[in-house]
Formats: sequence, structure tokens, C-alpha cells
Amino acid sequence: MLQSFKMAIKSILGNKMRSFLTMLGIIIGVASVIILVSIVNGYMSTVVDSFASMGVNQISVNVINLPSRSLDADDVYGFFEENRDLYGQMTPVVNVSAVVKHGNDSLDATNVGGYSEDYLDIRGYELAAGRNLQYSDMISRQKVCVAGYYVANELFGGPEKALGQTLKISGDAYKIIGVAEQQDEEELEEGGSDDFIWIPYVTATKLTRNGSISSYIFTSNSVDDTDRCRSQLESFLYETFQNEDLYNVNANSELLDTLNEQIGMMSGMLGGIAGISLLVAGVGVMNIMLVSVTERTREIGIRKALGAKRSVIMQQFVIEAAVTSSIGGIIGIVIGSVAAVALGNAMGIESPPTVGAILISFSVSVGIGLLFGYMPASRAAKLNPIDALRSE
Amino acid sequence: MAVSEPLIELKDIYKIYRMGDEEVHANDGITLTICKGEFVAIVGKSGSGKSTLMNIIGALDVPTSGSYYLGGEDVSDMTDDQLADIRNRMIGFIFQQYNLLPKLNLLENVELPLLYAGVGREERRERAMASLERVGLKEKWKNMPNQLSGGQQQRVSIARALAGDPSLILADEPTGALDSRTSREVLDFLKRLNEEGNTIVMITHDNSIAVEAKRVVRIHDGKINFDGDVNDYAAII
Repeated sequence: MLQSFKMAIKSILGNKMRSFLTMLGIIIGVASVIILVSIVNGYMSTVVDSFASMGVNQISVNVINLPSRSLDADDVYGFFEENRDLYGQMTPVVNVSAVVKHGNDSLDATNVGGYSEDYLDIRGYELAAGRNLQYSDMISRQKVCVAGYYVANELFGGPEKALGQTLKISGDAYKIIGVAEQQDEEELEEGGSDDFIWIPYVTATKLTRNGSISSYIFTSNSVDDTDRCRSQLESFLYETFQNEDLYNVNANSELLDTLNEQIGMMSGMLGGIAGISLLVAGVGVMNIMLVSVTERTREIGIRKALGAKRSVIMQQFVIEAAVTSSIGGIIGIVIGSVAAVALGNAMGIESPPTVGAILISFSVSVGIGLLFGYMPASRAAKLNPIDALRSE
Repeated sequence: MAVSEPLIELKDIYKIYRMGDEEVHANDGITLTICKGEFVAIVGKSGSGKSTLMNIIGALDVPTSGSYYLGGEDVSDMTDDQLADIRNRMIGFIFQQYNLLPKLNLLENVELPLLYAGVGREERRERAMASLERVGLKEKWKNMPNQLSGGQQQRVSIARALAGDPSLILADEPTGALDSRTSREVLDFLKRLNEEGNTIVMITHDNSIAVEAKRVVRIHDGKINFDGDVNDYAAII
């Protein structure tokens, strides 16, 4: 066995150019598998990170309320309370189109909406001053609001100054009880992510003169539960509406699922292409080994005449093929890993070569050596010593 | 030397090749017994069937029919691997073209039969060295075959044949590639080995080489047409 390895190394070194060309196929194959898998993985984790910050555990519900069949906010709350093990937060969403005024100043692009006290957490915002909306504000239909940083800044000159002040929404006066922290670090602009006012949803329904609420946002306690939550919500809604066209339920995680699916498809495709190049490399190994067997027919004849059994000859050639392709595999891993990191840096993503990709591509390259070395080796082993000795 | 027990017993050996519709009888009923300690030359023109006979005696091939006992073992229907084992244990080959492996040094070449016999590293080295010493090339053990003259290479192949301590030394045209002076050397060496008790079978087409043996077997058209003492053979040529 050890002798076979020595012989293999000797034979590889004895034909440096040819061995290198044989290995080149394996090197390119292995390196491309590692580069592609690493880049795709790096890209995927970047995308997943950015999606996670967008709230992948949110599920939004939209309904069309009919006079005959409608969903009441109290029913939704009842459902929510019954299933607190699955759902973390919930808020009705009531969009109000209104002009916000303070004295002679007015803001017309401000996003005014009615929400529950959970909305702050759902958005993941913090308060710069004051307090959040409370449950008691809902039941007593208080005319209070939480203002965005832009509103506080524009109308009052800062969060602290805005606290306790009143502004007018569609003519009604609302007291500012809290101001959210600045969201857009870059700039404060009209209609931007800091230009909003949140009021209790109950108050908002009065403002819109539309008693029913058609949108809700739920959050699931765990991203893994979103599918279950979704189907539960759907059956709850079906009970009320008896018609699937009157509601729809969207989970943000679906987007992530779709994305994952697409990335998986892409990495499968790229991996497939890289796999084909490994296969071609294997054929190259087989080709060279066949040439090597033909070239060394006489040597095989001598060895057999001196008493080498089939298995010994077989072993010699299989090991030679396996050593050739493993050396190629190791070089390919080194080149692939370096290139993956370098390319990742150039693309601005972190793409360290994965242990899995390295292990798989190395074992595939050794496997290819064994597989494609087997045929030439068994041909060598079966050579008739008389014919082999006669060959020049 | 008293003729002792038989080493090679060929009984009614046929080797038939099929060429298209024709059957070629390369060996056509050969019966031959060679005892331990003999020095036999098998002589014949090319195409006479002597090479086929040598392949069978050398356990490189099996006969179509007939039986072949080598050292009491029936070789005539052995498998590939069994034949390899028999060759390894019982036969030392000396070829016309020396057949040394060009990428191995002399010692590694001589070690080969011992390697395939599964002899351990230390003992292998020792025995191969002793064998090289017998042919007077011990000092050159690190050399590669192509650094030697033809005569020296043939001596290395003799050393390789001796290394495994075989029962039979089978020499196929051992002087075919050598000039007359080195041929002489090799023949003298074979004679000495025979005097030391080794059984030698030498295949040749050359009568002047054949008469160096003690017994001559002549093959013609796949049959033996002379088998006797070298002096009787010398008388008829």
C-alpha cells in the first residue's frame, strides 16, 4: 500500500506536465464549486439579514367588509387573545387622509394612521420623548397622538418642545403625548419615514366616518410559526366571510421563502454547472490513465511475470489516479477559497468558503479519481503478461 | 550429478490457437520431464512452438489440454492470480530484453519479486543486495538500468531472477541482445549457477548457444523431434 503511494508519486513527478494538465481540470472544477457556493451563500445571508430587519414575522390581513358580513375589531381582538401563544402583537390599521395643522403651519404629506398600542413595537421604533399610546387611550377614545420626529421638529422645533402641544387633524385637536426617535438618519423630509402621526385606532375610525376596519397587522412569536399563523388566520376569516375573495393574508416570510427558493435554485444550477466541469475533469483523468496504462503495458507485463497479482496492479493504478485527483482537489480548494474571499470582498459581501463545500468538493475529486481510475486500472490488471511483455 | 526427482512434468501438452477458421497447433502433444539440477536448452526455429512451450513452462500461460506439474503442483488449470503466485515462488525469469523497470534503481528492480512475495523491507533489502553481490554489481545498486551496459543489465536481471530463490531459472534467449564476449560471460554464469545446483531451462534458436547446456530438446512444428544429451545433439548438427 505504502509502496503503491510511493510509486504513484514517482509516476506523477515523472510526468510533471501531463500530471499538471490532468490536475488542471480537477483544480478548475473544485475551485469553481467552492467559489460559486461561497458567493451564493454570502449573498443569501446578506439578503436574509436585510429582510430580517424588515420584520419577517409580520402577517398582514386585509378584508373587504360588506354590510352583511363584516369583521369587527373586537372579534379580531378576541381571536388574538385566544391565541396569544402564537401571536406576539396585533394592531388594526386605519389610514386617515387629513391635513395636519398647527396654527398657521400645515403639513399635507404627513402619514396619519390609527393603530393600537402595539404598533410602536411592531415597527421597532423607540420614543425620543413622552409615552406611547395606551390601551386606555383606545377604550376612552382619547384624542392623543404620537408624532414622528419630522412633525415635532417642523411644527415645534424639537421632541421635548412638542410634548403636550396640540395639533389639528381634520379640524379636531390632538394632544402630542409622545415623539418617536428619528428613523432616517440621513435627512428629515416631507412625506419621509419621520413624517407621521399615530392616533388610537378607535379615534381614527370616527375620523374616517367608516365604522369598520379593513386592515390588521399581526406578528408571530417565531418566524417558524408564520405558516401556521397564516392558515389559522385564514380559517378564522373564512368563518366570518364564507368567501375567500373577501380577505387576504400575507406573511412577509413568504417573500423570504420565495427568495430562498430562488437562491436555492440558482445555487443548484451553478453547482450543477460546476459539477459538470468536475465530471469533465474526471473524464480527463480517465483519458490520461488509459494513456498511462497503454504506455506502461510492458512494465505491467514485467510486474505480472514477476508475480504481481491483479489486485496489486489494480491498486497501483487506482491509487495513482486518486492521488492525482486529490492533489488537484487540494490545489483547487486553496485557489477556490482565496478567490471566494477576494471576489466576496470585491462584491461587498462576506463569502468565506463553507466547510461543506470544501468537504464535498474534495471527496468528489477523490471519488472521481477512484471512479475514473477504476476502468483503466482494471484494464491494466487484466492484461495478459505474454502480450504485455511482447509490446514495445 | 545423479538425476533426482522431477521438477517439470509436461504430459501431452496441446496449445491450440484459433485463427479464423483455422486451428493452429502451436504445441502438438508435448511430453517432457525435467529433473532438479538439470541444465536444458529448448531449441527450435521461430514458429516452431518453443516460445509457446516456454510460456507454459513459465506459468505465463495455460495449455489447451494436457497436464503440467511444476514441483508437484498442477499448473494446467490455475487462475491468473494462482499463476502469478507460482511464478513468484518457483520461477526466476531472464529475458532477452532484460526487462528491467527503467524508473527503478538496480536494488529496487531486484527487490520486485520479493516485494510481491510479501517479504519485509529489511529482509528484502538484504536478500536483494546479496543477489546483486553474486552478479558483481553490489556497488552499483543506486544506479538506474540505463546507466549500465547490456551485459551488466542482463546480470541485474539474473540477480532479480535469483533473488526469490526459485526452483527453476527460465532464460528466454538470454544472449539474444548481447555481443559474443558478454554472451560468453552470461553463459558461463548460467553454467556456474547450474553447478551450484540450480535447475536451468534456456530457450534459444541458436544451436551454438544450445550446446552450452547439458541436455537439448528440439522443437519442430509443435512437437519434440530430439531430446537427449548435448553430446549426441552436437553429433547430429
